[in-house]
Amino acid sequence: MIEWLSPTMVLLASTPLIGLLRGHFRATVILVAPLISLWLVWQVPDGVVMALSFFEYRIEPIEGSALRRLFATIFALMTFVGGLYAFRQSRWYEIAAGYVYAAGAIGVCFAGDLITLFIYWELMALFSTIVIWCGGTSAARQAGIRYATMHLLGGTILMIGIISLALESGSVDIVPLRASDFSTWMILIGLLVNVAAPPVSAWLADAYPEASPTGSVFLSAFTTKTAVFTLILMFPGEPILIPVGLYMVMYGIIYALLENDARRILAYSIVNQVGFMVCAIGIGTELALNGAAAHAFAHIIYKALLFMSAGVVVYRTGISKCTDLGGLFRTMPITMVCGVIGALAISGFPLTSGFTTKTMISQAAANESLVAVYFLLAAASAGVFLHAGIKFPWFVFFQKDSGLRPKDAPWNMSAAMILFAALCIFIGVFPELLYRHLPYAVDFNAYTPTKVIYYLQLLMFSGLAFFLLLPLMRRTRTISLDIDWLWRVALVALSRNLSSWVQATTVHLNTRRVRWLGQFNERPSELGYVTRKQKVLRIDLWRNWSIGSTALWIAVLLISYVAIYVT
Amino acid sequence: MVGSIKDDHWLERPKTIKRLWYGFVILLLLSVVAQLFIGGKGYFGIDGWIGFGAGFGFLACVVMVITAKILGKVLKREESFYGESDD
Repeated sequence: MIEWLSPTMVLLASTPLIGLLRGHFRATVILVAPLISLWLVWQVPDGVVMALSFFEYRIEPIEGSALRRLFATIFALMTFVGGLYAFRQSRWYEIAAGYVYAAGAIGVCFAGDLITLFIYWELMALFSTIVIWCGGTSAARQAGIRYATMHLLGGTILMIGIISLALESGSVDIVPLRASDFSTWMILIGLLVNVAAPPVSAWLADAYPEASPTGSVFLSAFTTKTAVFTLILMFPGEPILIPVGLYMVMYGIIYALLENDARRILAYSIVNQVGFMVCAIGIGTELALNGAAAHAFAHIIYKALLFMSAGVVVYRTGISKCTDLGGLFRTMPITMVCGVIGALAISGFPLTSGFTTKTMISQAAANESLVAVYFLLAAASAGVFLHAGIKFPWFVFFQKDSGLRPKDAPWNMSAAMILFAALCIFIGVFPELLYRHLPYAVDFNAYTPTKVIYYLQLLMFSGLAFFLLLPLMRRTRTISLDIDWLWRVALVALSRNLSSWVQATTVHLNTRRVRWLGQFNERPSELGYVTRKQKVLRIDLWRNWSIGSTALWIAVLLISYVAIYVT
Repeated sequence: MVGSIKDDHWLERPKTIKRLWYGFVILLLLSVVAQLFIGGKGYFGIDGWIGFGAGFGFLACVVMVITAKILGKVLKREESFYGESDD
């Protein structure tokens, strides 16, 4: 029965306790459950641990491998540090939701088949939405609804792909695929929605910064990285992923440069960093896949660290706009130093974790003679330093004196940040400890003099560019339009116009009908005149079209597709 | 005292900032000069040139900042554009 005691189940079982217990008992559960889960991750052996049958399909809820354990390790560790960061400040239900969300991510890591994977996938979508709603503002509620709509849509596309693949091949095993037919394309698109690939990249920066300071730390870690993990398993070497990744890399930089909200800058830089991983998966060699996995591992640590640092600022001041911040280094030294370490790590400075993992991806591109990819990734590395490495700490902690003198982080938040800051440097100094656990044998040394000098030049001269171009980067109180404008504004306007046009036509036709059928002594309203009350009701239905009706249409399409396919 | 109204933190003094700039420029030069001693070729020839990383990094940043600036003219909107109060 020991196999039932999976890392996922332990975390799931802890969540009711978090709600039921109080005080020290609750704190103990919050801190101990992820550690037990982490220990259990390392007890999962290679291969399928348990199998059940579900109709004619073989379900494998737990399957182990080096790659699976690597991702599950960082997710469990992230849960612990997230719990440590949050347990004295967050409401219990936010932490509980965060833990179910994390359990879903670990569940995906060990899912041996597509059905299990899909169940945990949806669990994550559901509970990450709750974490966003825990932001508590009306903006958080609305962003949560948009986020949920996007992820349910992505989940449905994934489900269509899984069902049709299962019907075609008779198996729900997770095997490497190529996007070549309907089912594999649907699966790929479903996965790409979760990595924030174009054209739906906007969901990430729309939703994450609306969560609470503690909630956004959880959010930064799981959704995109489980999707990266699944892409490594299912689409290694899929050529389309290279341009998709490069787009994400550049998109993240440009939007982060335009952004004023500190946490939104970090959210855009998630898209940027995940772009590096997606591109590496597209390259698909052993070195590239190792690079993607290692970079995901390092990324979760420094990105959570950056979100924690920004979170402390928001927690202490209630402000996240760069225009209103500045000069906080005076009273928040711990938060500032941890934020700077995270910023150096994300930029890939030598002796930080980012350097030891990002160089793997560049080397993989060079080995395959992908000249354009190599130079674009190098340019992007410079851009990362520009938008996250300097811009974030500069505008938050230095820049000008905003007059704010907040206290530094509470002890538990400091402890969480210091732990992850230390890990950023530890992995940077002893990369072999991470390399040893990568899916393929590693024959790679990041610290050759050529690479170190090349990156130092690249990054330091980006720094020079930043300070010389500072007048061009003055923050403005603005947001930036994204492709989601199409469904947030254009589609809504179109549906409203369409609805009023339909109404006008109906009324017009009915007026003529009334005139023609004048001999019948009927009251106009019975003939189709829309009363005011009905009109309001109809407009309301149209207004909700994008959410309610989309789900309905997808269900109808899905059922008809399956029906056609089966017959 | 840190945090007094009249701001006199040592990091904010013009003298310190000047010194930081000098230090930074020296580091920049060192990073280029160091390349003379370690030799080493790039992957594609051109990236092995002396100071390639420096020039490429600088130019890439200039291009990205200007691209963002131009795109910003088209994409930037008031914070209330989507009709949500942000706080």
